Amino acid sequence: MLEWLKSVGESFYNAWVPEQRYLAYLSGLRMTLLISLFAVMIGIVIGVMIAVIRVTARTSRLKLVKVLDVIAKLYITVIRGTPMIVQIMIIYNLIFTSPNTNPIIVGAVCCGINSGAYVAEIIRAGIASIPVGQMEAGRSLGLTYAMTMRTIILPQAFKNILPALGNEFISLVKETSVISVIAVNDLMKMAGYVGSRTWDVIPPYVIAAAIYLVMTLGLTRLMGFFEKKMARSDRH
Amino acid sequence: MIYTHDLRKTFGDHNVLCGITQHIEKGEKVVVIGPSGSGKSTFLRCLNMLEEPTGGEIIFDGIKLTDPQTNLDEVRQRMGMVFQHFNLFPMKTVRQNITLAPVLLKKMSQEEADAKADELLKRIGLPDKAQSYPGMLSGGQQQRIAIARALAMDPKVMLFDEPTSALDPEMVGEVLTIMKELAQDGMTMVVVTHEMGFAREVASRVLFIDEGIVAEENEPYEFFNHPRNPRLQDFLSKVL
Repeated sequence: MLEWLKSVGESFYNAWVPEQRYLAYLSGLRMTLLISLFAVMIGIVIGVMIAVIRVTARTSRLKLVKVLDVIAKLYITVIRGTPMIVQIMIIYNLIFTSPNTNPIIVGAVCCGINSGAYVAEIIRAGIASIPVGQMEAGRSLGLTYAMTMRTIILPQAFKNILPALGNEFISLVKETSVISVIAVNDLMKMAGYVGSRTWDVIPPYVIAAAIYLVMTLGLTRLMGFFEKKMARSDRH
Repeated sequence: MIYTHDLRKTFGDHNVLCGITQHIEKGEKVVVIGPSGSGKSTFLRCLNMLEEPTGGEIIFDGIKLTDPQTNLDEVRQRMGMVFQHFNLFPMKTVRQNITLAPVLLKKMSQEEADAKADELLKRIGLPDKAQSYPGMLSGGQQQRIAIARALAMDPKVMLFDEPTSALDPEMVGEVLTIMKELAQDGMTMVVVTHEMGFAREVASRVLFIDEGIVAEENEPYEFFNHPRNPRLQDFLSKVL
C-alpha cells in the first residue's frame, strides 16, 4: 500500500516538477483562459446580434429582417445540431489555412461561433419570457420599441437570463479543451505533451482536470455572487 | 376627436372587426359592451394602433393613424391606456412607474414628474405607496396606479380595456370610483367593460358590438330600457 502511494506520488512529481514541467501547464492554462475570454466575447456579440434579429423578426415586417431571421435560424440549427469538434475541423481547414495564424484567434473564433448560437437562444428565450403586456404598456405610453426594450424588457429579461448564461460560459471554458485537436497549445494539449515526455499519461491529465475544476468552481462562485446581488433588488 | 371609418381587422381568415364607423367627440364617455369574442377589445386596441387594422382608417386629432408615415409613438403620448392585467413594471417602484414615460420622453424633468406622481397618487388615494413595488399591492391598488401612470402623460383621451375584469369583486368599486371622478373632470373616455352599472351611470353613449359590428348604440337610458336589437335584448337579459 505504502509502496503504491509512493509510486503514485512519484508519477505526479515527474509530471509536475522535472524540466520545469509546471510551466507547460501554466502556459497551457494561459492559452485556455485567453481563448475562453475572447470566445465569450465573440459569443456574446454574435449571440446578442442573432437574438436581436430573432426577436425583432417577431413583429417587424421588413423583408431584410425576415431574411436575416432565416439565416439566424439556420445558424442556430446547424451549430447546435453538430458536434463542436466537427465544426472546429471545418472552420480550421476552411479559413485558417495559413500555417502562421495566431492560435488564440483560431481557438477563440471556433469556440465563439459555437457559443454564439447557445447565447442567442438563451437571450431570445429570456426576452420571450417577459409577458407581452409589458411591451404593450410601454408602447401605449408613447415609448418607442427601442426605449421599451431598453428600459423595461431587457432589465427584466437579464435577471432570467443570467443563470443560464453563467452555465453557458462555464461549459464554454471546458469545451475549449476540444481545440487541442487543431494544434493549439491549450491546457489539454500541454497535459498530453507532458504525458508523452514522461511515458505516464494519467498524472498530467489528472492535473489538467484539477485545473479545469478549479476554474469552473471559481466561475460558479462568481455567478452565484452576481445572482444573489440581483435577487437583492427584488425582495418584495 | 377620434374618427374611425369602416374599420376592419382580420386574424388569418377570422373576421374580428367587419367595418366600424364611429365618431367619438371631445368629452364623450363611450362605453363598449358585447359578448366575449365580439371584437370590442380589438376595436379599443385599434384606436391607439396597438392592434393594426387590416382595413379602414382611424383619425385622431386630425392625424391619420392608419397612414404608415404617422409617428405612432408621438400620437400615443396623447392617448392613455389601461389594461385588464394592469401591466405595471414590476422592477420599478410605483413612483418610477408613473414618472418613467414623462421623463424618458422629456415632457418633464425628474423633479416635476415626481411632484406630478405624488399629486396623482394623492388623487387616487394611495399617497403612501410611492416607494412600494407593484408586487406588494392588491389588484385594485395596481389598477389605480396604472390609471395614474397613464394620466401622468396628460392624455387627451383614456382607453380602458376591461379595467375591472381581473379584479376580486371587493376591489372593483375603488377602480370604478377613480374612473367616475375622471369622467366628472371632463376626460374623453372609451371604456370596454362588463360593468353595466358603470355604463348606466357614466356613459354618454353605449355601443353594443356583436360579431364585429356596432349592432346598436344609444344613450344609456334608452339603450338599457328599450333595446331594439334582438341580440342585445338577449345579451342584456343574461347580464342584468
